[in-house]
Amino acid sequence: MSVSVREFAERGADLELVGIQKRFPGFTAIEELDLTIPAGSFFALLGPSGCGKTTTLRLVAGLEEPTRGRILIGGTDVTETKAHQRPVNTVFQSYALFPHMSIIENVAFGLRRRRIGDADARAHEALRLVELDHLAQRRPAQLSGGQQQRVALARAIVNRPALLLLDEPLGALDLKLRRQMQLELKTIQEEVGLTFLHVTHDQEEAMTMADTVAVMNKGSIEQMGAPEQLYELPRTVFVANFLGQSNLFTGRVAGTTDTAIAVDVQGTRLVVPTTRAARHQGEVTIGVRPEKVALHRDAPAVSPSRNVLGPGHVIDVSFSGVSTQYIVSITGVGTVTVFAQNIGIGPIASEGDEVWVSWDVEHGFGLDDDPADAGKFAADDDTHAIAVQRREALVAELEES
Amino acid sequence: MSGEVQAAAVLGGLQESEQLEDSGHRGGRVRRQRIGLGDWLLPVYTVLAFVFLLIPIVYTLVFSFNDSIKSNISWRGFTFDKWLNVCNVEGGAVCEAFANSIVIGLVATVIATTLGTMIAIALVRYRFRARSSISLLLFLPMATPEVVLGAGLAAQFLAVGVPKDMTTIILAHTMFCISFVVVTVKARVASLDPALEEAGRDLYGSPSQVFWRVTFPLLVPGILAAALLSFALSFDDFIITNFNSGSVSTFPKYIYISASRGIPAEANVIASAVFLFALVLVIVAQVSRAARAKRLAKLS
Ligand SMILES: Nc1ncnc2c1ncn2[C@@H]1O[C@H](COP(=O)(O)OP(=O)(O)OP(=O)(O)O)[C@@H](O)[C@H]1O
Ligand SMILES: [Mg+2]
Repeated sequence: MSVSVREFAERGADLELVGIQKRFPGFTAIEELDLTIPAGSFFALLGPSGCGKTTTLRLVAGLEEPTRGRILIGGTDVTETKAHQRPVNTVFQSYALFPHMSIIENVAFGLRRRRIGDADARAHEALRLVELDHLAQRRPAQLSGGQQQRVALARAIVNRPALLLLDEPLGALDLKLRRQMQLELKTIQEEVGLTFLHVTHDQEEAMTMADTVAVMNKGSIEQMGAPEQLYELPRTVFVANFLGQSNLFTGRVAGTTDTAIAVDVQGTRLVVPTTRAARHQGEVTIGVRPEKVALHRDAPAVSPSRNVLGPGHVIDVSFSGVSTQYIVSITGVGTVTVFAQNIGIGPIASEGDEVWVSWDVEHGFGLDDDPADAGKFAADDDTHAIAVQRREALVAELEES
Repeated sequence: MSGEVQAAAVLGGLQESEQLEDSGHRGGRVRRQRIGLGDWLLPVYTVLAFVFLLIPIVYTLVFSFNDSIKSNISWRGFTFDKWLNVCNVEGGAVCEAFANSIVIGLVATVIATTLGTMIAIALVRYRFRARSSISLLLFLPMATPEVVLGAGLAAQFLAVGVPKDMTTIILAHTMFCISFVVVTVKARVASLDPALEEAGRDLYGSPSQVFWRVTFPLLVPGILAAALLSFALSFDDFIITNFNSGSVSTFPKYIYISASRGIPAEANVIASAVFLFALVLVIVAQVSRAARAKRLAKLS
């Protein structure tokens, strides 16, 4: 299927990146990238700052040439095609509105270049969609950051491209407006069946909107899949810590059954189902999400279906309304984070208390990293992930109050 | 002299309007601070500075109405004659010189602005060999004393055997104006966000469409400023012109020659007219800007 830029896309096109490498003078932004996005899907690209998300979008849009590799849109090789001949539009991270044109001229720009009839009417319609039609005659400099961002969105969407690239298109919006725009975007995408490639820092946004999420790190895709799958079964330390939080333990596999492996972590045996573990022998890293861990005041009964760690001491309790986060220090193992729903009244343990933690064996996961690398990955990205989460927790709190 | 003052005035107006435009309606209000120099010192100083700046202009303007006979040094009474018959004295020598200067200025400006703009864009946007040395070389005509430049060019024309006329003057003026155009436009190109052109390409604009609809309109203030500067420099130039003009008369050359026997009032008339023209330009620019701001304010 070849896609013409002279008319509106009937439906989305699939995107295929094959063996892409991008080198800037003195810096390799993307080492080796393979990616297939099926037509009509909402694909989110998630990753820390500087990991190559914008570079990937620019390569697809034709604003940057790959050093190596091929780009296919709707089955057609567009690697050598110029930006203005690709059936692709971009919502730029920096908006890039034309300062010398009014808002309506900005939005109609793409339609006019393609000589599509009714450019003005269509542009007004797109502006109504982002609730800015009343400002159509203004200049970009006379709009707020959030309004400019919505104009950038309208300017791209109005063209109904087979593939829409969104580079953090909702970053400057407040929470309410962002939810509303997320809904609009999802609606447009589903109605026309366009393909969206959406870059974001906001993991919640990625998880709620996208059919498929890809976590990118240092120029390559770490893991890709449905949001639930990515969250429930991360394959690398980076993903486990970037998407939500994780308690990770490293140890040697000490025993295997048909259905599970047992890992010896400083003398405690922790069990992970074989199907949920990427490696089945040698030194491995396993983990569990904090909300799946239970906190006990007394030593829980030993059971083959639960992993138990303890005793340890609570070193931090932070109450956040719906849930309480406990940090438990367990000698030899390190710290374990527990998110507990506040079902009763107030926290069930306080700082200094002796406690045990346990979780259902089925909830654990085994990672694919070499444990030697694990430490390296954790370092800077970890602090970033934590900072993001702290901020989001704060935002959530503010939203509730 | 007066040419440069006008250019500065017009350019000042342009630059200022640009800044205001850029900062938009949200532009910060300047907070006024009281200066502890006493309330009279600053106003007096300001008035003195303006008197110093404006006296030559006022003198020129006033003496263009002087009912002078030969030299225009002492006041002999008020008359409109010189304004009305400006082209009728000395066989229209003043007007001919003036017309020559205008033609030279316009042609040199058009050539220098076109070439200079292209050079400026190339220097900022493209990486090529010898880019930085070219940037440096373009500064040389500005740094070289005009006398040297003029004499050097004259020697070259002589060596090649080109007769000196309007063409040689235009060539000489184009040469030194290009440097100023490049410097002025380059600043504008450098401040242009490349993302805007990329957005143009992304929105199906072919390279020429992107240039004419995005790049060029955004460069216009810089190009206009460069053109005005270029015209003012050319119109004003005496030294280089004198070396390369042969028998062709230009306005500065005419005044220089006639200064030895007392400048005729007709010269004052033309100088005043040029000054008033520049003044009108500035006022029109300011008023139209204010009107636009008002219109926009009404819209919101
Ligand atoms: N023109 C360039 N020359 C050299 N290095 C570049 C260039 N453009 C980007 N890079 C580098 O490539 C890496 C990836 O940049 P990119 O803009 O794709 O990051 P990103 O994932 O979009 O980050 P953010 O989330 O902060 O927007 C960065 O380390 C950046 O410094
Ligand atoms: Mg980016």
